Amino acid sequence: MSATENPIRDEIQKAISEHEVILFMKGRPEQPMCGFSARTVAALDALGASYAAVDILPDPRIRQELSAISNWPTIPQLFVKGELIGGCDIVTEMYESGELRQTLGLEPLPDAPAEAPAAAEPGAPPLQIRNDLA
Amino acid sequence: MPSTDDLKQRIEAAIPGSTADVTDLTGTGDHFRATVVAPEFAGMSRIEQHRRVYAVFGPDIGGPIHALSLVTKAEA
Repeated sequence: MSATENPIRDEIQKAISEHEVILFMKGRPEQPMCGFSARTVAALDALGASYAAVDILPDPRIRQELSAISNWPTIPQLFVKGELIGGCDIVTEMYESGELRQTLGLEPLPDAPAEAPAAAEPGAPPLQIRNDLA
Repeated sequence: MPSTDDLKQRIEAAIPGSTADVTDLTGTGDHFRATVVAPEFAGMSRIEQHRRVYAVFGPDIGGPIHALSLVTKAEA
């Protein structure tokens, strides 16, 4: 398929290949628009991970094309080194087991347990981030 | 509006030997959580296991089923 036929799909592919860690989510990390996206952001932030984030809400075609590429129907979707790691459930599970830190290539902490996920910003609507990530 | 029983039956009918425990997370019939145990998950990655369950519902995920949170295991 040539670049002109499906520019949105090409953009998504490009974003996935250009960013080592990229999260497709509803809303932005500072203001997630869905509890599942919020929880995934909280896990990444608790590890101090740096990641690119794409808000899929502005254009329904983003989600459609993303799901076609990844063969994964739901949002959020976390990619590391071009590969789909999973959605909220898998990312949370991997966070709890310590696997996420490893997958993200982060140094293990000396002894302290991972920090609790950051709370929602003041003024932001309640996000219902479950506090059991720590 | 799908019910927890609908989801349970569809999963168990589609994945041989599986058992599914489905709860309605919000009480609104559109956000569900399912714990699915199926022998065929042995040897599959987590991603593949979740894809397998999502595939049971096809376009209903993101349609009438807004969210389906999954825990998958090969044995109970």
